[in-house]
Amino acid sequence: MFYAVTIALIITMALALMRAVIGPSLYDRVLAVNMLGTKTVLLLAVIAFLFGRPDFLDLALAYALINFIGVLAVLEFFRSRAARNSECSGEDT
Amino acid sequence: MTVIFGVFLLTLLVITAIAIVQARNLFVSVMLSGIFSLLLAANFFLLDAADVALTEAAIGAGISTVLLLGALVLTADSERAPSTNRLVALIVVVTTMLVLIYATFEKPRFGDPFAPVHQHVAPWYLDKTREAIDIPNVVTAVLGSFRGYDTLGEVFVVFTAGIGVLFLLGARSGEYAQQGPIDSAQPGGLRHYLIPRVVGRLLMPFILLFGFYVQFHGDYGPGGGFQAGAIVAAAVILYALLEGEDRALRVMPRGLLTGLIAGGALIYGAVGLAGIFLGGNFLDYSVLSSDPVKGQHLGILLIEAGVGITVTGVLLSIFHAFAARDKF
Amino acid sequence: MAQFLDISSWLLLSLGGVFVFIGGLGALRMPDLYTRMHAASITDAMGPVLIITGIILQAGLSLASIKLTAILLFLLVTGPTASNALASAALLAGKRTEQARPFEQGRTE
Repeated sequence: MFYAVTIALIITMALALMRAVIGPSLYDRVLAVNMLGTKTVLLLAVIAFLFGRPDFLDLALAYALINFIGVLAVLEFFRSRAARNSECSGEDT
Repeated sequence: MTVIFGVFLLTLLVITAIAIVQARNLFVSVMLSGIFSLLLAANFFLLDAADVALTEAAIGAGISTVLLLGALVLTADSERAPSTNRLVALIVVVTTMLVLIYATFEKPRFGDPFAPVHQHVAPWYLDKTREAIDIPNVVTAVLGSFRGYDTLGEVFVVFTAGIGVLFLLGARSGEYAQQGPIDSAQPGGLRHYLIPRVVGRLLMPFILLFGFYVQFHGDYGPGGGFQAGAIVAAAVILYALLEGEDRALRVMPRGLLTGLIAGGALIYGAVGLAGIFLGGNFLDYSVLSSDPVKGQHLGILLIEAGVGITVTGVLLSIFHAFAARDKF
Repeated sequence: MAQFLDISSWLLLSLGGVFVFIGGLGALRMPDLYTRMHAASITDAMGPVLIITGIILQAGLSLASIKLTAILLFLLVTGPTASNALASAALLAGKRTEQARPFEQGRTE
């Protein structure tokens, strides 16, 4: 029963990874990283039950908060960089 | 089924690595390396290595991305043009890869019960842990007690890295400090960042609590000093990102951070010396208490605390060293 | 009772998987940054609710369920916040969307 969800999650991770590689702007890539983070948390939770090791849920919780802090850090650095060079915005490849 | 999932994740890992190498913009590379770390953590989890997966997730995917971004703010945005002679590098890399692939032909298959490590080493550690240390997490027992010297070396490596970065980037408190959160420079910017600030303030105590939980629960589940240090540092970095770096420095001043860096390593060394003064060997925890097993528990508790303190201090010092240098 | 729990858990997990897949597909195929954010953030909130509820039904009343509830609450609080922060940052950096036209007086369509 858990296998179908795991396959769906891994396929979604592949799709998000494609968005991270293709995405024309940096914000597309940040979006893809955020999505990959939440999908990884779900994958960890599902696999922990699939393998019958429910005490591994600490990893999923740790990864959820690390993902959040990582996305906020990326956005904060964009903002401070844009504030520093005010003539060029956050536009790039 | 594990093998199929593992192979799929490894394929995604290879695609990410190729994308990192191809990207010319360094911000893109940093974000893709964050993805690389989390795919690697998922892979470690599939291989049933929970402690390693937790460390990789906490340090590789979170803190490393933040520190690399901090470095990028100070340097250029794109790669420089590559140097012309890369043929020698290519030959060296391909030769090493072929030699490593050839070496894996001789290794036992994954999970083989007749592999040499499962005949002598693993059963010895599993038995000895039950009789001498009596904690459920064998990884912490091996790391903290049986191979305590190696972990002492690791703590000192982290300590050295911390003071190395402080030497290179400088720990001056007043001169390079920012004027306040960048928000104050953009009057309109503050209202757009209200929601993350409120949510961040709401979550911070829980993140700190979770960090302490991981620290002290390391005996029973995945956890320990390194992971806990990274999570506590991540909580303070969150505060610094949302409220401004100078307020974070008021909460945990640089003197305190330097004290943490040295104090953690000192605790570890002191536990080792206490073993000598109480009649045993260096880092022998059995003599710390009247009951040897309780002595082991006490010893592991103290050294894990030392590891966590040093890691927190080092990560926060490096973060502040980068974040404070917004003008050269 | 166990049969009912199994069936409902299977249903929730499959539905959650479908949502997650739709989110991934949307993030890949949508034409614009903001539409991709819309696809990703909405399914990032719904998918975990269904999947984690499905797992909780399997886990029963235990420490694992409490941890799973904590994970769910955390994802529900931080997911939309991260999307909000991302959208604000993109807006402040000047990313415009071609999918929306500004409101003009008298326009009826």
